[in-house]
Amino acid sequence: MKYNVTIGLEMHCEISKTNTKVFSNAKNGYSEIPNSHVRPVDMAFPGVLPVVNKECVRMSLMMSEILHCTQPEYMYFERKNYYYPDLPKGYQITQNTPPAPVGMNGYIDIEREDGSTFRVEIDNIHLEEDAASMNHLYDISTIDYNRAGVPLLELVTKPCLHSADDAVAFLEYMRAVYQYCDISEADSKKGQIRCDVNVSISDTDELGTKVEIKNVNSFGGVRDAINYEIKRQTELKQAGRYEEVEQETRRYDEETGTTIRMRSKVDAIDYKYFVEPNIPKYKIAKSWLEEIQNSIPELPYEQKNKYQQDYGLSSYDANILIKEKAIANYFEECLKQNIEPKTAANWITGLILGYLYKYEMEITDFFITPKRLFDITEAIKKGAISSKQGKDLFYMTLEQEKEPLEIMKEQGMMQISDENALNSIVEEVLNENLSQIELYHNGKTNMFDYFVGQVMKKTKGQANPVMVKEILTAKLSK
Amino acid sequence: MTYMNKGLVEIHESLKKKEVASADLIKESLEKAHEIQEKTNAFVTILDNAQPSEVTDEILSGIPYGIKDNYSTKGILSTGSSNTLKNYVPFFTATAVENLEKKGAVAIGKTTLDEFGMGGTGTTAHTGVVHNPWDYDRMCAGSSSGSAASVAAGVYPYALGSDTGDSIRKPAAYCGIVGYKPTYGMISRYGLFPFASSLDHCGVLTRSVEDAAIVVDAMKGIDKNDMTTWDSKDIHLYENLKKEIKGKKLFYLKDVCDIKNYPDANEELKAHLENFQETLKKCEELGMTVEGVSMDQKLLNALPSVYVVISCAEATSNMSNLTGFIFGPRGEGKNYREMMKDYRTKGFSPLIKRRFIIGSYVLQKENQEKYFKNAQRVRRLIVDQMKEFFKEYDGFIMPVGSGPAKLLKDQDDMIKSDTTILEEHLQIGNFGGFPSITIPNGFIKGLPVGVNITGNCYQDEEVLRIAYALESTMNYKGQIACEVTK
Repeated sequence: MKYNVTIGLEMHCEISKTNTKVFSNAKNGYSEIPNSHVRPVDMAFPGVLPVVNKECVRMSLMMSEILHCTQPEYMYFERKNYYYPDLPKGYQITQNTPPAPVGMNGYIDIEREDGSTFRVEIDNIHLEEDAASMNHLYDISTIDYNRAGVPLLELVTKPCLHSADDAVAFLEYMRAVYQYCDISEADSKKGQIRCDVNVSISDTDELGTKVEIKNVNSFGGVRDAINYEIKRQTELKQAGRYEEVEQETRRYDEETGTTIRMRSKVDAIDYKYFVEPNIPKYKIAKSWLEEIQNSIPELPYEQKNKYQQDYGLSSYDANILIKEKAIANYFEECLKQNIEPKTAANWITGLILGYLYKYEMEITDFFITPKRLFDITEAIKKGAISSKQGKDLFYMTLEQEKEPLEIMKEQGMMQISDENALNSIVEEVLNENLSQIELYHNGKTNMFDYFVGQVMKKTKGQANPVMVKEILTAKLSK
Repeated sequence: MTYMNKGLVEIHESLKKKEVASADLIKESLEKAHEIQEKTNAFVTILDNAQPSEVTDEILSGIPYGIKDNYSTKGILSTGSSNTLKNYVPFFTATAVENLEKKGAVAIGKTTLDEFGMGGTGTTAHTGVVHNPWDYDRMCAGSSSGSAASVAAGVYPYALGSDTGDSIRKPAAYCGIVGYKPTYGMISRYGLFPFASSLDHCGVLTRSVEDAAIVVDAMKGIDKNDMTTWDSKDIHLYENLKKEIKGKKLFYLKDVCDIKNYPDANEELKAHLENFQETLKKCEELGMTVEGVSMDQKLLNALPSVYVVISCAEATSNMSNLTGFIFGPRGEGKNYREMMKDYRTKGFSPLIKRRFIIGSYVLQKENQEKYFKNAQRVRRLIVDQMKEFFKEYDGFIMPVGSGPAKLLKDQDDMIKSDTTILEEHLQIGNFGGFPSITIPNGFIKGLPVGVNITGNCYQDEEVLRIAYALESTMNYKGQIACEVTK
């Protein structure tokens, strides 16, 4: 039996594109050197006070508008009080209680891979500060305050999602939006995105018992955690042991792909929220909101539509291109280099992303720039090399980190399109494979491809395949 | 010749005329500080190597002063009079102190307070009880106890204080000096150890209204590190002190100040309220009108609870940074929880712990609406009521406390119910962020008492003008504490 699955998400995304932190003038940036981006505020020395970074507020309001949320009349913050060594003040400055959040009651429509759409309802989006990062070693723990006070946007959906795929599609789209709006690199490898997931199952119209899974740090993890939790809850329910599904907080264990119980909701901490007295409430000007609304850049779906309509790309390809801003940027650059849109899309969605994924690389660090890709595709287009040779050239360029044109010269990569030359090679191949010719004539027509292969082998892939096929057809039908 | 018993302008003129050098003043001030330290315990730290500064046209240049030990001072021990920070040497200086340094002021000591400003007796500092220089058996009140004692004793012309409920203005009264906290946000709180952020004010204790005006002129200003500060560059307290106050209207709470409402009144209370009436007459003689008004008794009765609820709630959160991990003596234990618990258990006095428990209780989810939110609502009602009065009146004048400084041996934490409002009304100034100044207005049994004038927000010039005029009708300006002969 299948149950109704209900999923709610909390997506935390660090704002990485401001110069300074959200309530401190320390640098907002990733650093290998621990505790190098720290001001007294970040370590809560006695007497320090928070000062709101206006740029963070602007970005938050922009996200609020993109998510069709209502914005509060006044901007203010609250304290979330709890003790933990990564929280030097003993409280986090956040926006918890309505109408504090910078955005409330919104929605966003998401497209699935198959082209269908669904709506995600947004409970709220709010601006807060990140905690320091801790490293627990064998007998000591270390704290790095670089992350303390980094601006964080927390997006909370209503429990409105019904599958792991939809949840991930939503998260991927939101990541792209953060990138397109130049708010965040939204790189989960840098810990800039962290998710909490709520999952419940039910066989009635009422929601089942909600289980929260905290700190899932990758979208793959979100998918696995949801699916594991659906399976776990379903099995318990089918076994008549649904009462064992408790309202509790679990954590996702990446190693095993399972979720592990942390604490019951009964033990939930009382955060004693109250309004932060050191940040005066201030009215958000209508004109400012309009200004922000007008400055929202082209969003991923708008770009996707353009790709489909103007360049005739498939929905599938266009989706892949807009998933990451950097990929879309690369694609756009390819177009500027005069690569055909479809050709560029094929290369990117095929070989390039495959390679990047395999070696966990960023496209911004990729040796084959759009200019180099142009040299390769242009050589193929002009018939100077075959597409097989094009592939080889692609990998050689990456291996040797040299200009593709130079490699072509060195390797003597030229497509053989000379009819006489090809004629004699085909003749040679046929003479060496008399028994196979017999098989072919006896009806084993797939031997044709074998002959083509042999010709390519002899020419090290340089033979023009179209011409080879023509010559073969002619000779074999004699 | 001594200088530290004089007013700022006079000292400045002597410096300009080179009758005396900054170094001489520092020497005199330090000697006096050590002398009174034995008797009053006014200092946590005396800065024996204080260096003279160049005498310029700035009145404060080259002149010694004291800093309450809850101001962060770079390179100088800053304890908040708490064991939790007994070894804490900050690496940044509070904006208000920095502003004074820019004018050439010379700090010669960090003064004792009730631990983190929480307390009104001067008895809870980690370095011990502060004694009143008029009578060592009596308290200074608090929490700016050391600042009040040292200014009254003539160590220097002024010392910085902070005021969350009455922490500048009550000790000033008990020590026979002037205590002034300007409008909320006029002086930056950056670097002031917080007690209750929405009520905390920086301010000063001096021996004259004129000196208070000069010092706050120098301390104030918008600060990029404190979002609650506002631009006060058009406010010139010292320049505008002498302007006309004829026709100004003052009000006082007639029921609270009426001796008939205190059937069990002692001699001191009687004398204090009579003396207050004398002061009102002086106001009228100056051409001001004074009217007694009534305020909703329910609101008045709520004052102390509102104060306790809000201040304790904010305090418990504000002091959550005191864990002993980053600063302060690190606690012992097997894990961070134990270490933190050990540090806080050993570090805080019982009074503070009690307040933390209250603060935590009123913020709890199930209690917040009933206590904390209601306290905030009543605070708003009280402030709105005051603003109504300020539409008609220029100032609110009231006696400070129920008499002169109390004996240390009599002190207890319990609020005496019948004189509660008299003891606590100064908190109204913190609820509304109103400018408020206490000046001495007489003696009872040889001990000084004070009167307070509070005005509407941003009306600091007017409040000081009224206080300045009233001060000129009495003989207590610039007085130095001399031990009462018993």
